[in-house]
Amino acid sequence: MANKNTRKITPTQKEYQDLAKRIEPKRPVFKNCLRAFLVGGSICLFGQVLQEMFMHYFHFDQSKAGNPTVACLIFISVVLTSFGVYDKFAQWAGAGSAVPVTGFANSMASAAIEYRSEGLVLGTGSNMFKLAGSVIVFGTFSAFVVGLIYLIFGIDAG
Amino acid sequence: MAGHRTWVFENRPVIVGTATVVGPEEGNGPLANDFDIIHGDKMLGQKSWEKAEHMLLEEAVKLALENAGITKEQVNYYVGGDLLNQITSSSLTARTLSVPYIGVFGACSTSMESLALAAFLVNAGGAKHVLSATSSHNSTAEKQFRYPTEYGSQKPPTAQYTVTGAGAAVVASSGNGPVITSATIGRVVDMGITDPFNMGAAMAPAAVDTIQAHLRDLNRQPSDYDMIVTGDLATVGYQIALELFRKHNVPIEDTHYDDCGLMVYDLKKQPVQAGGSGCACSATVTYGHLLKRMARGELNRLLVVATGALLSPLTYQQGESIPCIAHAVCIENGGTGA
Repeated sequence: MANKNTRKITPTQKEYQDLAKRIEPKRPVFKNCLRAFLVGGSICLFGQVLQEMFMHYFHFDQSKAGNPTVACLIFISVVLTSFGVYDKFAQWAGAGSAVPVTGFANSMASAAIEYRSEGLVLGTGSNMFKLAGSVIVFGTFSAFVVGLIYLIFGIDAG
Repeated sequence: MAGHRTWVFENRPVIVGTATVVGPEEGNGPLANDFDIIHGDKMLGQKSWEKAEHMLLEEAVKLALENAGITKEQVNYYVGGDLLNQITSSSLTARTLSVPYIGVFGACSTSMESLALAAFLVNAGGAKHVLSATSSHNSTAEKQFRYPTEYGSQKPPTAQYTVTGAGAAVVASSGNGPVITSATIGRVVDMGITDPFNMGAAMAPAAVDTIQAHLRDLNRQPSDYDMIVTGDLATVGYQIALELFRKHNVPIEDTHYDDCGLMVYDLKKQPVQAGGSGCACSATVTYGHLLKRMARGELNRLLVVATGALLSPLTYQQGESIPCIAHAVCIENGGTGA
């Protein structure tokens, strides 16, 4: 009944919604895209610098250097989240701070901190994946589908 | 009773004491001087956001009783509510007070809903002193209705910032202070808005509906009021309300029409998007700022129309649109009551 597709909108409601749409400010899409591009790009560039550093100074090979790099980014993100900086930065950066691994870390850390007051098990434990959970579920599922396609068509993933 | 849904209080219940307690963001706002207590710490030194909100409300209640010059034993009823599930901040405060308690929920309209009920009880002779109080906290609201507070999600320009604070008022059958002369109870209006980040647009029609009903029931014009304020329509809802008044031929420009959500913050400097919201928005602005202006004689007849969006996280996730309501209370300068 309340489904978006089936709910009937009366002419008065339609008229009002048109009025409201005219008045409400639009999301600044272009500005948001530009900021997301710059911030997201900068985070990735920073990641690349880290990776090169691990390769150059600690003699990791290219595939293995990814692990400490991601760990560093996650650590920085969690620290910034804990100090209450990340959400303010994200309001400015938008998708630029949400898409890279730092955004994923923030979604878990923020939920973990928020629900600490309800205890370790029922609070932090069960709510930590509140936001990140769907990323994992659908990420794993799409990986499964892609894997299946590779298997059926005999594509060599290596 | 006048018209369809307006109570006229012929015994003129008096607001004998009020108190407002707010958090840091409100303390940085333009109304800082009008609040009784400003906390610099959103946590108030408590272990959880919910405990902090409970503390805000308890402080406001305690101070309101003090300002009214009565003890809690003299309170016949406590009418109140808040935004949290099962209105726990209010119930926990009622536990501390241990006075007869009527818990109400009208989302952000709870402030005037409880004040109207308090006035009704006193007017009908059902009580001598009734305490009306409400609270909201930015972080508890974020946690319950949106995302964890530290989660980095970008809010659209239509989003509103829940006021951290609490407001309380003691309504008595006699005493010194402004009197409550009438109240109009709102009906639920739903124009099919589904975006919880656009509450102003959802609530504006409810506010306009209640204001029109109030004027019709009492056969008054906007010019009969020195000021009409809505609770928390903020930038978007306020603009829409103006447009609706024009469409319905209500000469709102004859009075001073404003919105508490626009008054409580400096929208240019503070990170609050469209403006303030929450039970405490209308409560702190009315009890703190507006009643002080009345006491100074700048306003004589004030209509406060608190607006509420009666949604839950569950209903909007299930695609339900946002049902909204608004309750109006008319407050006038009038010396001593009967």
